[in-house]
Order: sequence, then C-alpha cells, then structure tokens
Amino acid sequence: MSPLFLIFLLLALSSAAYFFSQRRMLRQVRNANVARLSSLPEHFGMLGAIWAGAPALLVYFVWLIFEGDILMAQVLAILPDPESMAATRELLIGDIRNAINNPMSYQMANEEVRMAADRYQELSQTATLALTATCLSVFAICSALVLKFLTPQVRARVRVEKIIRGFLLLCSTLAIFTTVGIVLSVLFEASRFFQTVSVIEFLFGLEWSPQMAIREDQVGSSGAFGAVPLFAGTLLISFIAMLVAAPIGLMSAIYLSEYAPAKIRAAVKPMLEILAGVPTVVYGFFAAITVGPALRGFGQSIGLDVASESALAAGFVMGVMIIPFVSSISDDVITAVPQAMRDGSLGMGATNSETMRRVILPAALPGIIGGLLLAISRAIGETMIVVMAAGLSANLTANPLEAVTTVTVQIVTLLVGDQEFDSPKTLAAFALGLTLFFVTLVLNFIALYVVRKYREQYE
Amino acid sequence: MDITETLAIPIPEQLDSPAVPDQADLDLTTVGDFTVPDPRMKIRDVNVFYGQKQAIFDVNLDIGSNSVVAMIGPSGCGKTTLLRCLNRMNDTIDGCRVEGRVEMDDKNVYDRKMDPVLLRARVGMVFQKPNPFPKSIFDNVAYGPRIHGLVRDRTDLEEIVHTSLERAGLLDEVKDRMDQPGTGLSGGQQQRLCIARAIAVSPEVILMDEPCSALDPIATARIEELIGELRKNFSIVIVTHSMQQAARVSQRTAYFHLGYLVEVGSTKDIFTTPKHQLTEEYITGRFG
Repeated sequence: MSPLFLIFLLLALSSAAYFFSQRRMLRQVRNANVARLSSLPEHFGMLGAIWAGAPALLVYFVWLIFEGDILMAQVLAILPDPESMAATRELLIGDIRNAINNPMSYQMANEEVRMAADRYQELSQTATLALTATCLSVFAICSALVLKFLTPQVRARVRVEKIIRGFLLLCSTLAIFTTVGIVLSVLFEASRFFQTVSVIEFLFGLEWSPQMAIREDQVGSSGAFGAVPLFAGTLLISFIAMLVAAPIGLMSAIYLSEYAPAKIRAAVKPMLEILAGVPTVVYGFFAAITVGPALRGFGQSIGLDVASESALAAGFVMGVMIIPFVSSISDDVITAVPQAMRDGSLGMGATNSETMRRVILPAALPGIIGGLLLAISRAIGETMIVVMAAGLSANLTANPLEAVTTVTVQIVTLLVGDQEFDSPKTLAAFALGLTLFFVTLVLNFIALYVVRKYREQYE
Repeated sequence: MDITETLAIPIPEQLDSPAVPDQADLDLTTVGDFTVPDPRMKIRDVNVFYGQKQAIFDVNLDIGSNSVVAMIGPSGCGKTTLLRCLNRMNDTIDGCRVEGRVEMDDKNVYDRKMDPVLLRARVGMVFQKPNPFPKSIFDNVAYGPRIHGLVRDRTDLEEIVHTSLERAGLLDEVKDRMDQPGTGLSGGQQQRLCIARAIAVSPEVILMDEPCSALDPIATARIEELIGELRKNFSIVIVTHSMQQAARVSQRTAYFHLGYLVEVGSTKDIFTTPKHQLTEEYITGRFG
C-alpha cells in the first residue's frame, strides 16, 4: 500500500467517522430530536472526525518528514568503513538518492552505492508497511476513544470552533515563520560576507566591482563592494518610475472615482488592473526592445547622447507597471471619503475640481501617500525590467540617460551561474538582499503607519 | 382575521377639494394655497424620477421671503428629494431626472443657461448629519468665500468668518481655537459650524435637511433658536421629522405623502385645523 493511498484511506475513514458520529449522537437522544443535543449533529460529526482522524494524520505527516533521514542513517550505518566517508558523506548520500530514484544512475553507480540503494529500497518497503500499520492502529484507538467519550453532553460546537481557530492560527503563524526563516538565512550568509568586507565599506563605498582575483597575480579584479552605486541606481529608477506612476495613477483614480460614469468605470478599471497582471518579464522586453531604442532614437534626433540601455527606459516602463497599484489604492481611499464631504462642498457651490482639490484630496492624502509608499517598495524590489532594460554597469550617476544598475539586478547576476559559497562575490548578494529587505521593510512600516493614522480620521 | 382590513389606510372623506367622487384611491390633490405674496422661489409642476421610479408628483409650492417653510411627512415621501431640487443637488445623483420649473427671480434654475455653481452659492444647504470638512474651524467657514472669490485680503476674510460664526451663535465657543479641526467640536457645535459655513457666502435661501436629527435636545433647542434669528435675513426651508419642531420654527408647513404635496398652509392652521384627513392622521400620530 503506497503512502499516497494511505492518506486517502485515512481521509475516507475520517469522513466515515463524521457520518457515524452524527448518526450516533442523534440515536442517543430521544426521538432523534436535534433540540436535545448540546450542539448540531454536524458539530458532533466534525468533532468525531477530528478526534478519530487528526492524530493518525499527524503521525502520517511526521513520519513522512523524518522517514528519509532515518532510513538513510540506517543505510549508512551498514556500509563498511563509515569513518573514511565522513568528509564525502553528503556526496555519498546524493549518489545513493540518485541511484534510488533513477535506474540509469543505478546502472552506473559503484558496488557500494548499489548495495546501499538496495538496502534503502528494502527498508523503505518495511517502513511503508509499518507506517500503514501505525496509522491504522492510531485511527482505531482514537475511534474507540470517540465511541467512549463522544456523548450528547459534550459541547461539540465550542470544541470544533476552538479547533478551527487553532488551525487558522497555525496557518497564519506559518507565514510569519517562513518570513523569519528567510530573514535568518539571509542574515547568516550576510554575516559571513561582513567577515571579509567591513559594513562601513559596504554601505558607504562608492565603487562596485565584485570580481575577486582567483590567482594572486591577476590584474584588475581587486573586488570592490561599495553598494552606494547600486542603491543610487535603484533610487534613480524608482524615482523615475514614481514620476510616471504617481501623477498618472492618481489622476486616473480621481477620474474613475469622481468623474467617470458607471459604465466607463466598469470598463476602464478592470483594464487598468490588467496592467498589474502582465508578467514583469514582458514589461522587460517591452522596455528593452521598444522603449529603450525609441528613447535613443529620439535623443539622437535632438542631439542627446542616450545609452540604449538607460535608467529612463527602465524607470518609465516600471512606472507604467505600477500605475495600477497607485490608482487602485488611491481609488479606494478617495471612495472612502464620506459622501457628506462632497455634498458639503458641492452644496457650497464648489465645482467638482474645487471639491476634489480642496476637500477630497486633503482628506484622502494620508491614504494616498501610504499607497505611494507601497508602490515605491514594489518599484525598489522590481528586477526583471531593470535586468533587461537598464544594463549591468554600476555607474554612480544621476543622469537618467546613462545605463545604471540596481540592487536586485546585482543580486541576480551574482547568483546566476556557477558560484562558490565561500567567496565574498557570492556572499555579497546576501548582504545586498538584507539591506534591501530593511529598506523596503522601513518603507512598508511608514506606509502602514500613515495608512493607520488616516483610518482614525472619520471614526 | 382579515389582514387587509386591519392594514388598509382609511379612505379620506371628501372635504372641500374638487376630487372625483367614488374614487377608491386616496385623493392626493394639494389642499390649501401654495402661493405666498412676494415669493423667493417658486416650485411649479415639479416631477422627479429616480430611473423609472417617480419620487415627486406635480408639486407646486412657493418659498416665502424671510420666513421658514417646514416640510413634514412620513419617511420616503419625497421631502428631501424636493429640497435637493431647489439647489440642484439632485444633479449629483446618478439617474435622477427633474421635470417642471423651479423659479428664482423668475428664472428657471433648471434652465440650461443656469450655472448650478452660482445657484448653490445663492441657495445654501445644511445637511442631516453635521459634515464639517477635516480642516480648521476657520478654514471651514472660509471655504465658501474663498472658492467664490468674495474677499480681497485676509482682513476681509477674517471679518466674514467672525460675522458668520457670530450669526451662527458659535463665535464665543470657538474664538480661542479657530485653528483647531472642525471635526473636534461636539455634534451641536459642528452643526452650527455648518450653518456658519453656509451663511458665509451670504445665500438668499438656506435649505436644511433634518438639521437636528443627529443632535440632543439641548443642541436642538439652540439650532431652533438660531433658525428664528436667521429668518430675519434669509428664507429658510426645513425638512423635519419632528412635528413639534415644525410647529416651533416655521410659519408655513407643507405635508407630503408618497411624493404628493397633500396639504400646505400656515403652520398654525395645519396643526390646529388640518383639512386633509391624511394630514390630520399624521400630525395626531395615527400613522407615519
């Protein structure tokens, strides 16, 4: 019986327990009168199913998580001469796994690995049998307990609600723990980077050229890890993007929320939101193939020297990409301003635009700023467009017509291809990631703070 | 028991209106004289529709100068709709259509040449729920004069703000905190601030849509007192659900029922000797 089949069996048994408990509770009260139960029969059913099935499912998942490692340890233990393999242990485990999963590798593997793989297969079969037996017996024991303890007096509704709440709590904390895990892994690698390069040099250095000398006598690859040009490039491109997105997004939000007839609004709003659904890589080649050359051609015609990969092209397209973020948040915020404000202003004889400028926008401003900050975080984190349209050279410049590079692009280039994880070149990516994470975190905090402050205004 | 029997609205006896005899339905022709000498505004044959649904049927009513007209009637009878016709605030509602004439100085305010912005400067409005802008007390009152360019300099503006607040009876309470947000005042103060804001542009007519329904009795008494004062300079139309309030503040009363103006007359007559049976039943509290 395969583990996959087992889980379906357990689920089927649990649903059987659901119907069984439900029927049984009804039978235990006079006339099968629902009103005599402390909770609805469904609640008893759910509680019965959870009591009977949850422990078995828990055993199942915990077992599957640890099975691989335990079996591998067993296999390694029977191999001759374990000490000599200490250094290459990881490699050996990899070989064995390959041999198990892939017949070709099995054919090519040496005697030792084949033996281990065979042994693993054997153990694995036994383990599956044991798993099935354990799960089914846990289920049986729990079912017996359900029979004994699930009576019409049990407050099933309250318990089911508690279990559901606990489960939901688990789901939400899982996301938090994942975030913490990401931060910790980045933090760990970044700390290794800062052992070779000082924090000061990284944060304030003006030169970025992460090529490390492989040989002592190599020329021109000293390795400079000053992140300032990268952050400058990021800010430049984000600034250009916001220059495009903030006014256009805001104005379209104003039009849609205050001026547009219902029909136009119903048509335009979803179309604007399609912009948010276009994959960034598509924006990327739009920037690289259409906007970049067009800007260069235009620049040449008026005598400007525009690089074919320029901050302007990338920033412009990125701005187009984040228009929907700005417009949809602003639209929500503007719509949230009470109608009484509009009536008050219009009733004074103010025009639509006066009402907008003098009453609605000031009232909605904090929310709009919050939305803009969220859009900026999005722009800072954007990678694909910049990789394709802004180039890779770390110029420290404020000229939007030159090629620049951003933090995210450098992270990509540092981690793409073959890497060695003991070189500062690779580790620099984690330091960059960490810094970027903090920058966007701070921006998000400010945005949330501003938005929250706004909420207090009308309540 | 037959339900229809208990719920049926009694058919009014025909008094002095020349209605069709044997009419099984209610007779909703206006009783009483809807005209006044020297009217400020005239409502003539006004019908209002929300989409397909008609909310106001053939209403005729004069708004007298320097007097208070109260509009009363059960919820959904069209009082507020008619009130909002007077300064074309219904324009802001999608699907709302007004037929007929609303005249001010013998000009139809629904004429295509009429600018609703100028109209609303002449016909101010105070709403049911106090709605001060999230600005300072000063800026709230200064809002109208600023957008209409009524002032040349700061001194003028301060003068207007002070006079308006004084006429709204709010100056003494707020003169030390003009720069604080208007939303921080109490409900009654906020409503008086809204009245000050409305009179700051020197309108000729002030429309009040249940101005006291969100206020406590003391704040209500202050507003009613204020309405009595304002009558000397403005024409006032007030929609109210409180018949005592209508009796206290108004000189004329109009009773509406299901979009029809059923009866209009001097407040004293309406409340002492109502002619239409529906009016009598409403003011004596038998329905509504």
